[in-house]
Amino acid sequence: MKTTEIAIIGAGPAGLSCAVEAAKAGAKVTLLDENLKPGGQLFKQIHKFFGSREHQAGTRGFRIGEQLLKETEELGVEVLLNAAVYGIYENKTLAYVKDGKDHALRAERIVIAAGASENALSFPGCTLPGVMGAGAAQTMINVHRVLPGKKILMVGSGNVGLIVSYQLMQAGAEVKALIEAAPQIGGYGVHAAKIRRAGVPIYVSTTIKEALGTEAVEGVVIHSLDEKWQPIPGTERTLDVDTICLAVGLSPLTELAWMAGCEFTFIPPLGGHVPIHDENMETTLPGIYVAGDITGVEEASSAMEEGRLAGVASAESLGYYDEDTAKRLKDEIWQRLNSLRTGPFGEGRFKAKIKQLQARRQLA
Amino acid sequence: MRIKHHPILNDETRECNATIIVDGKKVPAIEGEPIAAALLAAGIRKFRETPKYHKPRGIFCAIGRCTDCVMIVDGIPNVRTCVTPVRNGMVIKTQKGLGEWGEKS
Amino acid sequence: MTQKIGVKYQGFPSDEELAKIPGVPDAERIKRGPVAFIECAQEIPCNPCEEACPYGAIQVGKPITNLPKLDPKKCVGCGNCIAACPGLAIFVVNGSKDKAEISFPYEYYPLPEKGQIVDCVDRSGKTVTSGKVLRVIKSPKYDQTAVITVEVDQEYINVVRSIKRLGGPEHE
Ligand SMILES: Cc1cc2nc3c(=O)[nH]c(=O)nc-3n(C[C@H](O)[C@H](O)[C@H](O)COP(=O)(O)OP(=O)(O)OC[C@H]3O[C@@H](n4cnc5c(N)ncnc54)[C@H](O)[C@@H]3O)c2cc1C
Ligand code: SF4
Ligand code: SF4
Ligand code: FES
Repeated sequence: MKTTEIAIIGAGPAGLSCAVEAAKAGAKVTLLDENLKPGGQLFKQIHKFFGSREHQAGTRGFRIGEQLLKETEELGVEVLLNAAVYGIYENKTLAYVKDGKDHALRAERIVIAAGASENALSFPGCTLPGVMGAGAAQTMINVHRVLPGKKILMVGSGNVGLIVSYQLMQAGAEVKALIEAAPQIGGYGVHAAKIRRAGVPIYVSTTIKEALGTEAVEGVVIHSLDEKWQPIPGTERTLDVDTICLAVGLSPLTELAWMAGCEFTFIPPLGGHVPIHDENMETTLPGIYVAGDITGVEEASSAMEEGRLAGVASAESLGYYDEDTAKRLKDEIWQRLNSLRTGPFGEGRFKAKIKQLQARRQLA
Repeated sequence: MRIKHHPILNDETRECNATIIVDGKKVPAIEGEPIAAALLAAGIRKFRETPKYHKPRGIFCAIGRCTDCVMIVDGIPNVRTCVTPVRNGMVIKTQKGLGEWGEKS
Repeated sequence: MTQKIGVKYQGFPSDEELAKIPGVPDAERIKRGPVAFIECAQEIPCNPCEEACPYGAIQVGKPITNLPKLDPKKCVGCGNCIAACPGLAIFVVNGSKDKAEISFPYEYYPLPEKGQIVDCVDRSGKTVTSGKVLRVIKSPKYDQTAVITVEVDQEYINVVRSIKRLGGPEHE
C-alpha cells in the first residue's frame, strides 16, 4: 500500500498552506484533490483580497493561489489530482478514486481541508436550467470564460452574492437586481457600493416567488417580505432575466470527518454542524486534523491560517518541529487569526470559534 | 457566450480547436474545457430531462457535486459534463431519464 | 414602504455615515487641491490602504478592523491608495480648479478614452451629469485596476463617484 506521513485532503488555500508548513519542516506530505487543478476556490477569485499584509491583502485571489502552488512545488509536496477521497478507515487509511481506479493511502496524520459546498434554495421553478449556484456562475466566467447568461438575478447579499454580481458585470453580463430576504445587506458595504455604482438595485426584505419559463429561465417574479418574513400581497414584480444565481450560504463538507468518527457540534454562524477541534486543529480523533471552511465557513485568509496551524501541529507531532519553535509559530498564527475575527463582521465568528474550542475542552 | 475581453483576465487567447456533436449538431469547442462550458458558450442550457416528470435540467454547481448536468457522452450515460474535458469529435446527447448505454449517433 | 437609508440597507453610505468617517476632508481642504475621500464606513478586517500611502496619510493600526483614518493635512492627493483598496472605496477629489475633478477606480471593459464625454453616476448608479475624461491610468502597480479622472461641474464634487459602464452584454 502507498504510504505517506501527512495526507491532506483538499488542495484549497487551507490544504496548500498546510502542505507548505509541514513540508518546510521536512515532513513527507501528500496532497489529494478531486479537481484537475489545485487551488480550491482561489482560482475563481479574481478580485483583490481583504486582510492584512500577512494575508497578501490587495492581491487578487488567483495570484495568491499561484504563489502557494509554486511553494508546494518547490518543497516537493506530492500532489495527486483528479483524486477524490471517499473514505477514511482505521489506521488512517484513505480510500480514493483516481483515473477511475480505487487506491488506498496509509498516512500517519490526516488533515481534512475539504472546504464547503453551496446551499440551494427551493421555490417554484427552482430546478429550471438557468438557476445555478453563484459559485457555479463564478467558475464559468472566471475559470472557463463562458457567460452562463446575459441577464442575471442574484439572490443573497453576503460577500459571495455581492462579489459574484460584480464579476458577472466584469464578464459582460447585466445584473438586473440583487435581492435579500433579510432586512439588511449581509456582506461588506464596500462590495455592495461597487455594484450599486454600477447601477444594480439591491432589494432587501425581498425574495423569489417563482421562476418563469418551461425549458429554461425566462423571467422571475419577486415579492417583498414583512417583518415576520411573510410575503406581502401586491408587491410582486416580474424581472426580465435568463439566469438566477443563488448565493444563499455555504455548508461545510463534513462527510469524511463524520465517516472517520470525529465528534461534531452545532454552531449556526459557522454553517451548521462542524467538527470539534482543539487549538492545534486536531479533531477528537488523535492524528486527524481539520482546517479551512470545513471547520466553519469563513474566508480564504482564515482558511490559510488554519491550514498553517494544522501543518505546524501535525509536523510537530511527528517530531519535525521542536516544541519551542512550534509554539512560537502557532502563537503568531493565532494572533493573526484572532485579529481577523474582530469587528462587527468577525466578532460573531470569534465567539463561535471559541465555542467550538470549548466543546473540545469539555470533552477532554 | 464566450468572454472575449475581460478587464482583469485580459483578452481570450484560446481558440475553438475542436468540434463536438450535440444531439446531432456540430458545436465548436476548446479541447480540454469542460463539456458544459462548450454547451453554455453555444447557448445550450438544457442538458437532460428528469426520469419521472421529464423536467429539464442544466448546470447547478459546475464543480462535479450535484449531478444535474449529466448527459450521454460517447454512449455512456450519467457523465458529469461540468468536469469532463472536451475531446475533438465527442458525441453528446441530451439525457432522457436515466439514460441508456450505447445511445451513440 | 419607506426605504431605510444607510450602507446596510441601500448598499452605499448615507451623507450622515460619510460625515462620520474619520478624517474626511472638509470643503475648505477640498478647495485647496486634490485629496483622498475614503468611503469605508464599516469595521472590516482590512488595511492595504495604510501601506499604499507613501505619505503616511492613512492610518488603520491595530486591530486591523479599525476604520481607516485620513490625515487631510498629510494627503497630497497622489491617488496611490485608489487602486490599492480592494473595496474600491477610495476616491480623490479636487475642488481647486474651475471644474471639479473626481478620480475613481474602474475595472470594467472597455475603458473610456481620454477626452471622451461620459455619463457620470452617483453612489446609487444614477446618471446625474455628463463629464469629460481627463485621465485613464493603467499601471502594472495597480494590477489591472484603472484609475480614471473625470471633470464635472463643482456641484457634483461630492456626488459623482463613477461613470456609466460602456460595454454591456455585447461582448461577442
Ligand atoms: C464568491 C466568493 C468570494 C470570496 N471572496 C473571498 C475574499 O475576498 N477573501 C477571502 O479571504 N475569502 C474569500 N472567499 C472565501 C474563500 O474562497 C474560502 O473561504 C476558501 O477558499 C476556503 O478554503 P478551503 O481550503 O477551506 O476550501 P476550498 O477552497 O473549498 O478547497 C477545498 C478543496 O478540497 C477539495 N475536496 C473536497 N472534498 C474532497 C474529497 N473528498 N477528495 C478530494 N478533494 C476534495 C475540493 O474540490 C477543493 O478543491 C470567497 C468565496 C467565494 C465563494
Ligand atoms: S491620495 Fe496619496 S497621499 Fe492621499 S491618502 Fe491616498 S496615497 Fe496617501
Ligand atoms: S483598503 Fe479600502 S476597504 Fe480596506 S480598510 Fe482601506 S479603505 Fe477600507
Ligand atoms: S453541475 Fe453539478 S455536477 Fe455538474
